[in-house]
Formats: sequence, C-alpha cells, structure tokens
Amino acid sequence: MDKKQAYKKVAYYPGCALEGSGHGYNRSTKELGKKLGLELEEVKNWNCCGAMEVKNIDPKIQTYLSSRVMSIAANEMGHDVVMAPCNGCYHNLKKAEYDLTNDEGSREVTERLSSKAGHQTYQAGQVETIHALDWIKDAIGEEELAKRVKGGLKGLKIANYYGCMYTRPRHIFPEKDQGPGSESTSAPHFMDDLLAAAGAENVDFALKTACCGGAHTLSDKDTSTKLVVNILKAAEEAGAEVIATECPTCHAGLEMHQVRAEKEFGIKTNVKMMYFTQLLGVALGLSPRKVGILENASDGRAALKARQIA
Amino acid sequence: MPIHEKNLIRPENLSTHENLVIDGVDVSGDWSTFIKSRVVTDYNDDMQDEIAALPGGEFIHRCWQCGSCTNSCTVNALDPEFNPRHWIYLIRMGFEDELVRDKDLIWQCVSCNKCTYACPRDVVPEGVMKATAHWLELKGHTPKSPSTEFDEEFSSQVFRTGKIEDGRVMMNFFRRTGQPLLQPWLIAFVRRMIAGLPVSWLMKMGWATVFHPRTKGWGPAREAIEEYAKEMELKHLAAVKGASPEARFDPAK
Repeated sequence: MDKKQAYKKVAYYPGCALEGSGHGYNRSTKELGKKLGLELEEVKNWNCCGAMEVKNIDPKIQTYLSSRVMSIAANEMGHDVVMAPCNGCYHNLKKAEYDLTNDEGSREVTERLSSKAGHQTYQAGQVETIHALDWIKDAIGEEELAKRVKGGLKGLKIANYYGCMYTRPRHIFPEKDQGPGSESTSAPHFMDDLLAAAGAENVDFALKTACCGGAHTLSDKDTSTKLVVNILKAAEEAGAEVIATECPTCHAGLEMHQVRAEKEFGIKTNVKMMYFTQLLGVALGLSPRKVGILENASDGRAALKARQIA
Repeated sequence: MPIHEKNLIRPENLSTHENLVIDGVDVSGDWSTFIKSRVVTDYNDDMQDEIAALPGGEFIHRCWQCGSCTNSCTVNALDPEFNPRHWIYLIRMGFEDELVRDKDLIWQCVSCNKCTYACPRDVVPEGVMKATAHWLELKGHTPKSPSTEFDEEFSSQVFRTGKIEDGRVMMNFFRRTGQPLLQPWLIAFVRRMIAGLPVSWLMKMGWATVFHPRTKGWGPAREAIEEYAKEMELKHLAAVKGASPEARFDPAK
C-alpha cells in the first residue's frame, strides 16, 4: 500500500478526551492537517473505545466498543484507514483488531453485541488503525516537513514522551519493530524524527516510555505524582525546555501532577508540556493561539517566545 | 533459601533467645535466632482457578516464576513490596492468607503493560493483577478500591451514553469515594487550565458536564452491553466461592 497516498484522507477518531481536557490536541491536529493538505473526516457518531477502564469490567465489551468505531468508518463511511491521536484509543483499536483476528470468543461477543445494537459487525482487516504520528510521518515525512517549515523550532530543547499505550504490549503492533523505517517499541523515535525535522533539538531522555500513572491519575494520586515528578525531573536534568506529548491522558497527567507536586509537596518544576501537533503547527507558522497552546494548563508561550519561535 | 520463602522470616516468625544452651553447648548470640517451623495446612486449592475465571486472569497457569514482571514493574520501582511474581506464586500455591496480607497494594497496578511486554510466557501479569484485585473484593477481603470505583463509574457512563465526559467522571468519582471536589491542587490546576481558554470552549465544556454528550441512537447498544455485562458479572460471582453479591458491578448505580 502506498501510505503516502492512503493517509492523505483518513477517518478521524478524536475520542472522548480530545473533546474534554485534550481539546488543545484536537484543535492542533485539525489545524495541522489543514496546513499540510491532509483531509480528516470525523467518524460519524462515534463512541468511547473503552479507555483503560472497561476492560477491567470485561475485555470483550471493550473489544466491541472499539470495533463499533472501526465498523462505522469502514461500513458506513467507506474508509480503510482510521487515525486516532489518543494513545488509549489507538491502543484499544489495535487491541480489538488483534483479538478479532486471533480469538474466536471475541468475535462471537462482537457479533452478538453488534447485531443487537443494529449495525454491521466489524471484520478484522477492514481498516488499518494508525496514530497521529504515523499519519504525519508517512503522509508527509521528515524531508517534506523540513521543506515546508517556516521559522521552525530554532533548536528548542525537547524531551519526547511517548508513554505506555503507544508501544506496549508489542504483539498488538505487528508493524512495529520491523527494521529501518518502522517504529521501535523499546526506543520509539517517530516524534523525535518529526520534531528534529521541524528544527528542534531532541535531548537524550531516558523516560520516553515510562509510565505517568495515567490509569490512576485520580484513584491513586500519590503514586501518579511520584511517577510524574520522575518524568519531569528527568526531562529537566536532560536540559529540556519542553516535553512533547502525543497522548491526552499523559499530557493531562503531567500537567495535573506538576501542579499537585508543587502545591502539596513543594516540588517545583518548570518544564512545559506541549502536544507534538502544537509544536509542528507553530514550526509551520501557525500561531500559538490557533494550535491551542493557550489551552494547555502548562502555558508554554514564554518558552516559545524566549527562542523567538512565535 | 529460595527467594519465595522470604515470607516465612517476617519478625513474628523469628524466635530469639538471649541465652540458649543446646546439648551442653552454649549457642547464645547469632546462633540463638531461629525461624519457627511452620506447617502449611491452610491451602486454598481453588484460588488459582477462581482468579483465572475473572477478566485478565486467564493465563496465570503459564507462569514459570522468572520474575521479568517484577523486574520491569513501574510500581515495584517505587515500592519493593509490590511484587507481581510473588503474588502469582502465592496464588498458584493456594496461600490465601499470605496473599491477603497485601490486599491494599495489589490494586495499585497502573496498567503500564511493562510486565506484559517483558513476560516470556504471555501470562499477561497486568491482567492477573486486575483479576486478583477483583477477586479480593469479591471474596470480601477488602472493600472496593478507588481504582475499581473509578472503573465502574467510567464504564457505567460509557454503557449509558456511549461516551464519557471528563468533568462528570471526576465529580462522580469523588462523590463515590467521599472526597471533596474542591481540593486545593485541583483548583490551582483548573485555574491554570482555564486561564488561557477561549470563552466558547469554556462554555462548551461546562455544557458538556451538565448535559452529558451522547452517541446518537445508542439505546440498542446500551441494552446489548448491559445485558451481556450482567451475564458476565453473574458468571464471575458463580466462579468465586463465597463471593459477595454486594461486590458485583451494577451499571445502574
């Protein structure tokens, strides 16, 4: 498949978080697509993928929820690629694809729930699910991105943070770890590649795939605060001015617990969080307002101004 | 000594004598400390099967105790007492009392999937931790953990309307767990977040919290999911001996 062509127009699955705390990610993803001439068609009347929670009630309900989104994209809209910017959504759609390919029980439950819900049952292989990183990387690529960049990121020091759900567990991402050009599950680099092409200086950051405690952001606050402080401090020690994110749960977790660490434990950190789509948007000449940087709780405008980026 | 026997040398299992003479030999000092002999009679032979019958626990039988899960564990790095390998061992051996000692830790698994990534036997230790936490609640060893309360609040919203809304999940979760909504750090966070927000977004978010966003035409899907979820919950209750029906997930709550 010619990915460059196939990803020019994709079904867009924002998910619940991008309509709430992750609105800056939603806005910047759409603006970035527009700027780069990539077309996004939102999945009609989508539902929640099940996130990190429904699987603990029953994993097959989660498979069904994710399959419904893919079924609408494939059967009602005629798409063969679904792009999900949220790590949780992306992970769950991939997991559903894996389970529907390999597990008879999951197929049976999905069939039962789909027919009762009154829509076509999703069949494994009908769509390819991709992350927003795959979308920009394959539809545009570093070379073309570097050509289109206006102003660029001027050596802004960035720690790239990918979190858990983008790479783990390996078996649900058969396209990863396939040698040159593919994403690595142990040392992911797609975001590093894109931001470097946009003029950033990526710092050597060991906690790229560490956990922020996102699943327990509210239910086990102290654990989450400790995990987040580790990440923020490691990024600062590596010299980062900004942590680039590609997941709304990680992003919100880092922001919330940065504030909590300061208010409840007196641990102050200054590194700012920005979605990679916001950074790429700014590098391409979009205003910080347009890509929703004002909407982040950690306001990174000063960091951009200091380097005369925007 | 095999590492999995370390639970036998907790302080209460040690017997120390100031002055001790055995067979005419004075062994006072280091030699006077003994580990009490312990004959295990309280096996729960059903424990592994019961946990395997709960979501996530299916593959516990595959474990060969290599310890890759604990070695890669996010929570273990913060608290060495959080030890998935050890718990899987206890479950497979049927040491219920030993497992129950850690009832307040097991639910703290953050589902980062590092263990599942590292496991050479596809045990899915992350799932086993969730199933074990669920089992402890069903058996009445512990009330529902904050994590379970969160999962249930979140899932019932999804079942009802097809979607969740951040603000509403948070408010209802705090209500369920008896926490105040106005926590100082949270107020500081929300202040920072709304400081840069366009008014239109603010209104949209407030609107969404009050008037829950829904997936159109979700009714039949809701019915199908809730019917299936109920069947599964009854199946889980039946699988665990002496399970308390109170601990069941009820999406209507």
